Amino acid sequence: MKHPLSAITNRLVILVPYLWLLFFFLIPFFIVFKISLSTTAIAMPPYTPTLGLADGFSGLLSQIGEFSFDNYLWLTQDALYFNAYVSSVIIAGISTFLALLVGYPIAYGMARAPATIRPTLLMLVILPFWTSFLIRVYAWIGILKPEGLLNQLLLATGVIDQPLVILNTHSAIFIGIVYSYLPFMILPLYSALEKMDYSLIEAAQDLGCPPASAFWKITFPLSLPGVIAGCLLVFIPAVGEFVIPDLLGGSQTLMIGKTLWNEFFANRDWPVSSAVAVILLLLLVVPIMFFQQAQARAQEQGR
Amino acid sequence: MKSLGNIRREFAPWNKPDAKPYIQFKNVTKRFGDFTAVNNLSLSIYEREFFALLGASGCGKSTLLRMLAGFEEPTSGQILLDGQDLRGIPPYRRPVNMMFQSYALFPHMTVEQNIAFGLKQDGMPKAEIEQRVTDMLKLVKLGQFAKRKPHQLSGGQRQRVALARAVAKRPKVLLLDEPLGALDKKLREETQFELMDLQQTLGLTFVVVTHDQEEAMTMADRIAILDKGEVMQVATPAEVYEAPGSRFVADFVGNINMFEGKVADRDSSGATITSANGVTIRTANAGDAAAGSEVAFAIRPEKIKVSSKKPENGDNVMEGEIYDIAYLGDMTIFHVQLGNGQVVKASSLNATRATEDPLSWDDKAWISFRNDAGVVLTR
Amino acid sequence: MNSSWSRFNITAIVLGFAFLYLPIVLLVIFSFNESKLVTVWGGFSTKWYVSLFHNQGLMDAAWVTIRVGLISATMATVLGTLAALALTRYTRFRGRVLFSGMVFAPLVMPEVITGLSLLLLFVAVGLDRGFFTLTLAHITFSMCFVAVVVQSRLVTFDRSLEEAAMDLGAPPVKTFFQITLPVILPAIISGWMLAFTLSIDDLVISSFTSGPGATTLPMKIYSQVRLGVTPEINAACTILIAIVACGVIAASLVNKRREVQRLRDEQAAQRG
Repeated sequence: MKHPLSAITNRLVILVPYLWLLFFFLIPFFIVFKISLSTTAIAMPPYTPTLGLADGFSGLLSQIGEFSFDNYLWLTQDALYFNAYVSSVIIAGISTFLALLVGYPIAYGMARAPATIRPTLLMLVILPFWTSFLIRVYAWIGILKPEGLLNQLLLATGVIDQPLVILNTHSAIFIGIVYSYLPFMILPLYSALEKMDYSLIEAAQDLGCPPASAFWKITFPLSLPGVIAGCLLVFIPAVGEFVIPDLLGGSQTLMIGKTLWNEFFANRDWPVSSAVAVILLLLLVVPIMFFQQAQARAQEQGR
Repeated sequence: MKSLGNIRREFAPWNKPDAKPYIQFKNVTKRFGDFTAVNNLSLSIYEREFFALLGASGCGKSTLLRMLAGFEEPTSGQILLDGQDLRGIPPYRRPVNMMFQSYALFPHMTVEQNIAFGLKQDGMPKAEIEQRVTDMLKLVKLGQFAKRKPHQLSGGQRQRVALARAVAKRPKVLLLDEPLGALDKKLREETQFELMDLQQTLGLTFVVVTHDQEEAMTMADRIAILDKGEVMQVATPAEVYEAPGSRFVADFVGNINMFEGKVADRDSSGATITSANGVTIRTANAGDAAAGSEVAFAIRPEKIKVSSKKPENGDNVMEGEIYDIAYLGDMTIFHVQLGNGQVVKASSLNATRATEDPLSWDDKAWISFRNDAGVVLTR
Repeated sequence: MNSSWSRFNITAIVLGFAFLYLPIVLLVIFSFNESKLVTVWGGFSTKWYVSLFHNQGLMDAAWVTIRVGLISATMATVLGTLAALALTRYTRFRGRVLFSGMVFAPLVMPEVITGLSLLLLFVAVGLDRGFFTLTLAHITFSMCFVAVVVQSRLVTFDRSLEEAAMDLGAPPVKTFFQITLPVILPAIISGWMLAFTLSIDDLVISSFTSGPGATTLPMKIYSQVRLGVTPEINAACTILIAIVACGVIAASLVNKRREVQRLRDEQAAQRG
C-alpha cells in the first residue's frame, strides 16, 4: 500500500489545511497578544513598537523592552471593562438558559414526531440559519420597537394600554440571542433525544414510573450530552456577540464584543482592543475546550 | 385419552372446567390505521402458567404483549387480569412487568440502580430495597457486578439484569418480549432452563413472546400460535407438535411431510386417504374427517422409517429412491423421491456409530410408517 | 413512536416554528409596504424594490458580496474537505490535537476576536485591506464549517468500499476520485452551500478585514440599519431570503427526487 505518490498526497492532505489554519488562525492570536502589550501611537499602524528587523537584532531586543502590561492594567482600572465582561457572561448565561427552555420542548417534539416527517422538521429548523443573521436580528427591531408590531398587537388586543419598552433593553438582547442561536440549541438536543431508545421510557413506566417523573429520571439525564453541547454552542459565541447588543440593546448595554468593536473602530485604540480580545479569549478557553472534547467524543462514538 | 408425547403433565388447569383464567383476552381487536394487528382474539392464561405466544414477525404477538403491559390500548374488546378490566390503567399502575427485547437497561444507572428503580417507584423503605436488590442479584448470579454500568456487561449478563429488574417488583405477571433473542445459541439453551427454574421458584405467571419455536416448545406449558392477528391453536408443546390443528400449525412448527388428498374410505378404526398424486395412506388418526372430504395427511420425518429392503410389516409402505442425504451427526435426514415424484423427508436417529443398513444416493429405498404416526388435517 | 406524538409535542413544535419564522415572514410582508413607515401597513407596493435597484451603493456591495462568496466558498470547500480527510483518515500525526482544535475552535470563536486577529495579521504582513484580505478571511472561518460537515459524512463512510476498489486494482488517488469523492459529494455540496451562506452573511469579520472599495452587502445594510429601519432594507433582505430559500428548496427537491428514485429502484430490485 505504500505508494510513493500516495505518501506525498497523504502529507499534502494534512499539510495544506494545517498550514492554512496555522497561518490564518493560530498565528494571528499571537499577534493579537503581542499588540496587546504595545502602546497606542498616532501612526499607521497605530501602535508601537511595530516589531521589525529594520534596526537589526539589537533594535528588536530594545523594542521587546518597550512591551508593557499597561493595557491590562488599564482594563482593571476602568470599571467599564470589568462590568462589560461580567454583564456579557450574565447576559449570555441567561440567554443560554432561555434558549434551552425554548429549545428543549421543540427538540423533544421533533424527536417524538413520526419518523417520516422528522427530516422535514429538521430542515425547517435549519432553514432560518441559512438566512442572514443580520437580517434576522434586524427583523426584530420592527417587532420590538415602541410603535412596533408586538406593541400594536398587544395594544389592539387590550393586553396592555401603554406600549412596552423592549427595544434597547436586556430583554431585547435575550430575545435576539435566543432567536438567532435557537437552531444551535435544538440540533444537538434533537440528535441526543432522537437516538434515545424509546423502550427505556416504556421500561420506566412499566416499573411504575409516571411519565413526568420518567422524563426527569430517564430522558433528561440521557439527553445531558446534547444539553451541554447546545448550551456551549449558544453560550460561547453569545459572550462575544456584537450585532445583537448593538442593534437591539441600544447604547446603554455593555457587552464585551461591543466594547471591543468600539475601542477598535471608534477610539482606534488597537492595543487596548487586543487586550480586551485576549481577556475574552481567556474567559472562553475553558468552555471552548469543553466543546472540543465533546466534539471529539461524539466523533469517537460515530466511528 | 392417550397422552401425547412422553411428558406427563400434572399442571394443567386449562383442562379443569372450574379453573378460573388469570388473564383473559376477550374479543380483542387492535388496529393501527388500516392495519389490523390483532383481530377479534380471545385467549385465556392461567395463574402460574408459562405461556408462549409464538408466531412470525407481524403476527400480532408483540402487540398482544404491549396491550397487556399497557403501552397500547385495544381498539375494541376487553383484557382482564385477575378479574379486573385493564382498560384505561396506565402502564405504571399495572401489576405486570416486562422484560424488553432490547432489555432497555437505563444506561446512566448501575446494575443495582436499575434493579432498584421499580422498587423506588413504589416508595419501598430503603433497607427493604437494598435487601431485595441483593436477593435479586443473587438470584441471577450477578452479585459482583452490582456497581457496573450496563455497557460494562456481556449480552448474557445484561439479559439477567433485565430479568432481575422486571421480577424485582414481584409482579402478578411477567411479560417477556423475545427474552433470548439477542443471545447466541449455546447461551440461549442454558438460559431457557434458567428461566424455567426461575418461574418455578418465584411462582409467577410468565407470558413470553417468541418467534423461535424451539424456545417456545422447551419453556412453555402452553403455546398459542398466532398468524395475522388471530390464534391458530392453543395447546401444550406436545399437542402442537403431534396433533397440529391445521396445515398452518403443522407446517409452522417443526418439519413435516404433507400429502394433499381426499378421504376415500372412513370407518370406526380410521380412514384411507388417496392423495392427489396417487398415494394411498391408511391412518388411524382421522379425527372428524368425513368420507369424500378434502384433507391433508401430515407426518413428521422422524416417524418415517427408511430401509433398503422392503419391510415385512408396516401399515404403510412405499417404494422410492434416495434423492438426498444430510448427515447431521445425531441424526440423518433422507430425502426419498417416491414413484410419483413427491419427495418425502425421513429422519433416522444415529443411535449407533455404524449403521447396519447403509444407504447412498440414488439407491432404491423403502419408506414405511405406522397407521397412528400421522394426522389428518381438515383445515 | 406514534402514541407519544402528543398534543404537547405538537404545540411545542408549532409555537417553536412560529417563533422561528414569524419575524422573517413579517419582514418579507413589510418589504411590499407602500408606506415609508416600516411598521404601518400602507398598501401593497413594489416601489422599494425599484428604488433598491437604483441604489448604486447597494448594488456594488451586492456584487462584491457575491464574488467574495463564490471564491471563498470554493476555496473553503477544498481546504475544508482536506481538513476533514486529515481528521478522519489520519488518526496519528504530530500535532493532531492542535489541528483538530484549530478546526473546531473557529465554530464557536466570537467573531470579534477572529476579525481583529485576522486584521492584525494582515497589517503585520503588510497586506493592504480590501477584496483580497476579505476573501482570505472568509475562507479561513468557513473552511472549518465545511470540514465539520464533510467529516460527519466521512465518519460513517464504509472504508471497505475503498479497500474493494484498491483490491480491484485502483491506485489510492484514483480510488479517491472515483469512489470516495462521489460518495461524500452530497456532504461537500452542502458544505459549499454553507460556506457560501456564511460568507454572504458575515458582518463582523468583514468589517475588520475589508478595506475601501470592498464593502459587502451586510456592511452596507448594517450602516443603513443604524440610521433607521427602511423598507428598502426590507426589500434587500427579502431578495437575500428568496435567493437562499430557492437554493435550499432546489437542493431538497433534488435530494427528495433522488430518494424517491432510490426507493423505487429498491422496490423494483426486490420484486425482480
